[in-house]
Amino acid sequence: MSMLVLTLITGVGLGALYFLVASGLSLIYGLMHVLNFAHGAFLTLSAFIGWLVANALGTASWGSFLLSIVVGALVGAAFATLTELVLIRPLYERHIEQVLVTVGLSFAAVALFEGIWGTDPINIAGPPWLKQTTEVLGARIPNTYWVLMIAAVLVLAALVLFLQKTRYGMIIRAGVENRSMVTALGIDVRRSFTLVFAIGGAAAGIGGVLAMHYTTFVSAHLGSTLLIFAFIVTVIGGLGSLTGAAIASVLVAVLQQFANSYLNGTGDFIVVILLALVLLVRPSGILGSKA
Amino acid sequence: MSIDVSTDILGVRNLRCSIAGQQVVEDVTFSVPATGITAVLGRNGVGKTSTLRGILGLIHRRGEVTLAGEHIDGLPTHRIVQRGVGYVPEDREVFAKLTVAENLALAERQKKPRREFVDALFPDLVQRRDQMAGTLSGGQQQMVSVARALLNDNRLLLVDEPTKGLAPRIVTEVTDALLEASKIVPILLVEQNLEVVRRLADGAIVIGGGRVVHTGDAREILDDGDLTRRLLGVHAEVGA
Repeated sequence: MSMLVLTLITGVGLGALYFLVASGLSLIYGLMHVLNFAHGAFLTLSAFIGWLVANALGTASWGSFLLSIVVGALVGAAFATLTELVLIRPLYERHIEQVLVTVGLSFAAVALFEGIWGTDPINIAGPPWLKQTTEVLGARIPNTYWVLMIAAVLVLAALVLFLQKTRYGMIIRAGVENRSMVTALGIDVRRSFTLVFAIGGAAAGIGGVLAMHYTTFVSAHLGSTLLIFAFIVTVIGGLGSLTGAAIASVLVAVLQQFANSYLNGTGDFIVVILLALVLLVRPSGILGSKA
Repeated sequence: MSIDVSTDILGVRNLRCSIAGQQVVEDVTFSVPATGITAVLGRNGVGKTSTLRGILGLIHRRGEVTLAGEHIDGLPTHRIVQRGVGYVPEDREVFAKLTVAENLALAERQKKPRREFVDALFPDLVQRRDQMAGTLSGGQQQMVSVARALLNDNRLLLVDEPTKGLAPRIVTEVTDALLEASKIVPILLVEQNLEVVRRLADGAIVIGGGRVVHTGDAREILDDGDLTRRLLGVHAEVGA
């Protein structure tokens, strides 16, 4: 029973991490039809800078931990905004070139991070509570998972509020449905592109700092590893659907954890099988609209 | 064809449009007077919708387009709309996952949009403000689409097949609304239903093979059986 609970809760926690990365990917694709391969670089840079901030202020304190998350979000947003303005915007409506430039940026960023911080993973530390566990129905759940879940719920709530209650949110929702009609109403949809990149970058930044605490190290490849699963989640959830990304994140991560626990560590394999099944049976994903 | 900037709201000269490299409008020149409704007529596939989309910059275009004498052919779509061009697209293109109220709010560009005017024209929409636009009937969606264009003080409306696929009662309702709207804003109308054209249009531009092949009074064209048959491929009595 305790094993079942442990697998389930850690699955949900891992799903929360996937969602933090996938939410931005999904929004960006939904509005701009850009598969952003540089998203992992936003996450990695945020993790490194977040770590520098926490390290400078003292890793054991909650204040430095929270500040590192805020800084991570800001770094992610700034990096993403710059990427959109400098690399994506000049290639407006040239989707293949836009994807290629993000691929190039992701490679360049990893090389740059390795140049600055080295190729070896750097072990990190945080508030002692994060290394402890909390008992639930006999299962001892590492506390990092609770933090991941709280962060994902807060990010999801903030995104939903933003999308439902603000004019920019309304423009983004409309743009996901029919971008050219938004421009035909006199709205400069390109401003929304920058905003969506910034929001996605901020979510990835939060994910980066928390992923670092989840893995207990930071490396130049932190983002690349997570990005693969974030893409899978985004496709399964339905490209462009935030709710789909949330559901798919939990679904994929729970399945992955169960397969790892009960099927001899075949979690990654099962996830790829699930992706193939979804693409065969429902190519638009769980909540994606048909092309 | 000469364009009189003192009486014409829109001037189109040598407009050529293409979609994915395929030429869809060859070379179109015409003008739209600053009052009333001007219909764009022609057989299926001659480039009527593409002409409207080209004017608005929604597809790749070359040539001159002027709004009240000012060039708008180099502007992106949102800037053209901001200069006072409202657009009612073919197939409505409402945002299905947004409510009626959100669809309308998105279209509001000025501080005091003409909500009362729109509410009076389409009272049905007032009761359905919180309904998702995707769950509306085709006629109601068309009302949303027309209402979006009427909320602002536009200088010109581009209206593309507003009665397509609608029930006769809704066709009358939409036609009435456009007639009412034409009292305050000139309209360039693409329409296949010749009864609607006869009721609404003052002037007409006939496009054939990607070019303007005839211009004149709409009713005169429709009353001339031979001309209608030759230009539009339909019998004149359709609209009689």
